Amino acid sequence: MDATVEKLKKNKAFSCLECGKCTAVCPISRFNESYSPRRMVAEGLFYGADGLVDDRLLWSCLTCQLCSQRCPVDVRYSEYMRDVRAEAVSLGKMGNPSHGGALHYIMEIATSPKLKQERTEWIESGLRVKKKGEVLYFVGCIPFYQDFFAKDFEFTPVSIARDTVRILNHIGVEPVVLENERCCGHDLYWLGRLTEFDDLGRLNIKAIEQSGAKTVVTACPECALTLKRLYSERLGTASFEVKHISEVVADHIERISFDELERKITFQDPCRLGRYLGVYDEPRNVITAIPGVTFKEMAHSGRGAICCGTTNWMNCDATSKKIQSSRLKEAKAAGAGTLVTACPKCQIHFRCAQYGEEAEDIDIELMDFVNLVASALRK
Amino acid sequence: MAGKTEDKKKRKAGSGSTAGPKKKPSAKKAAAKKRTASRKKDFTPNIVVFACNWCSYAGADNAGVNRIQYSPNFRVIRTMCSGRVTPAFVLKAFKLGADGVMVSGCHFGDCHYIFGNYKAVEQFEKTKALVKTLGLDEKRVALEWVSAAEGTRWGEVIDNFVAQVTSLGPSPLNHSKKKRT
Ligand code: SF4
Ligand code: SF4
Ligand code: FES
Repeated sequence: MDATVEKLKKNKAFSCLECGKCTAVCPISRFNESYSPRRMVAEGLFYGADGLVDDRLLWSCLTCQLCSQRCPVDVRYSEYMRDVRAEAVSLGKMGNPSHGGALHYIMEIATSPKLKQERTEWIESGLRVKKKGEVLYFVGCIPFYQDFFAKDFEFTPVSIARDTVRILNHIGVEPVVLENERCCGHDLYWLGRLTEFDDLGRLNIKAIEQSGAKTVVTACPECALTLKRLYSERLGTASFEVKHISEVVADHIERISFDELERKITFQDPCRLGRYLGVYDEPRNVITAIPGVTFKEMAHSGRGAICCGTTNWMNCDATSKKIQSSRLKEAKAAGAGTLVTACPKCQIHFRCAQYGEEAEDIDIELMDFVNLVASALRK
Repeated sequence: MAGKTEDKKKRKAGSGSTAGPKKKPSAKKAAAKKRTASRKKDFTPNIVVFACNWCSYAGADNAGVNRIQYSPNFRVIRTMCSGRVTPAFVLKAFKLGADGVMVSGCHFGDCHYIFGNYKAVEQFEKTKALVKTLGLDEKRVALEWVSAAEGTRWGEVIDNFVAQVTSLGPSPLNHSKKKRT
């Protein structure tokens, strides 16, 4: 119980006014009536974490921060979930992992110090990368997504990695790519598996520092959040700065010339890039700088954007599918022909919602931000 | 279920080493050693085999009933169909320290669920790709078809796989004494 009080205090749950704004905006609550962040806070206050650790819905929160955006007293709900989950994990409990837990086993295996991965096969001729240097491209789980999702969803996750390097090369940067980069550990962090998270963090920080990198660029908002904020929060300040590729492109936008691209585009703000890191304008500035592009905003965008429906490869269910479908419908309703996202996971989740569905109203082209930018670069 | 299968397996592996004369398994070992003369001599791999209920598991039973002599250092986990074995199963086995993992099902056309083993092929392709990206040798995984009547073939398939994994040495994830959070 003392531990629970600590968790509640730390995350300001005692301040809760029971106003219910969190439940009103929560995308999970919208489609699953039995889930209520307000109730989760209230239950913690009345009974401690004991009941919550056995609650299956504990694992449903997307930690998307939409509720925290609205909470009048700044209850740190996502962090509260993380801490209660950590308690559950210490008791040997877990939610329902998607894909049989395959992705989680990959994360766990990545903590093994002796591992020597073969994760750089995507580097094709024409791409310039090096082993040591000032700028490092942190690839993330893309090579594994290629193995796992490419065939089913008919897309090429490694094209995101290739196009990121292509863009960096275009602006005159030859990035370092680590041969034995580990999973950043983002999902383990939010699942409360902090010991494994720390192991991964230490391995990555060491490898990055050894490469001599001063700037780390990623094309994944989760990697960006983890490297920029979560590592320093748990493992001390790192010696490098971290940027999402959209920030890098936005910084160089004056020097990049684009070819015309006839497209009606809308943008999915990934939770980690938007609400966590505050990067809203950069991707929009880049997309609208491409001649021929008509930019359409969805009904929920920017700070109020709705998550792609699943995080941490956990508790994916009919609710997730409904969130995804409603988001795809929103994109279509905005009059866009292409939904651009800056997070590989968003794309996987949306593609999953479209998979095997004939429905006209969710049938929209999906594209990663870097694929869009790379396809418009003047040759 | 795992416990039960393990008991069964012990019985089976037992029938290999106790029912038969002691001489034979050691002869097998000698043969394996010859193949891997250059490798560490004390290494006996931990191997996990996922076998479908209707063909391969029965095939393993058949090997036992017929007192086929073959390598004992593997654990069988029975699944209803090879199509049930997703990459997660295999990755978990590696994570827990397996040196090699085999998936075994019915021959094409024989699957009790008609197309389950075609699904197994799809899943196995993903598994193999993931295993490779993780830097574990692709030769640490195998997909085999063994029917209920092929006890002898079961023995051969296992022996070959054991030899193959032995020649690769221990998995980098083996003996890593992982702490669980
Ligand atoms: S929005 Fe904040 S104050 Fe209102 S019920 Fe939710 S946690 Fe409590
Ligand atoms: S973080 Fe997102 S998913 Fe979790 S309770 Fe808040 S709004 Fe709902
Ligand atoms: S039942 Fe044997 S492979 Fe399907």
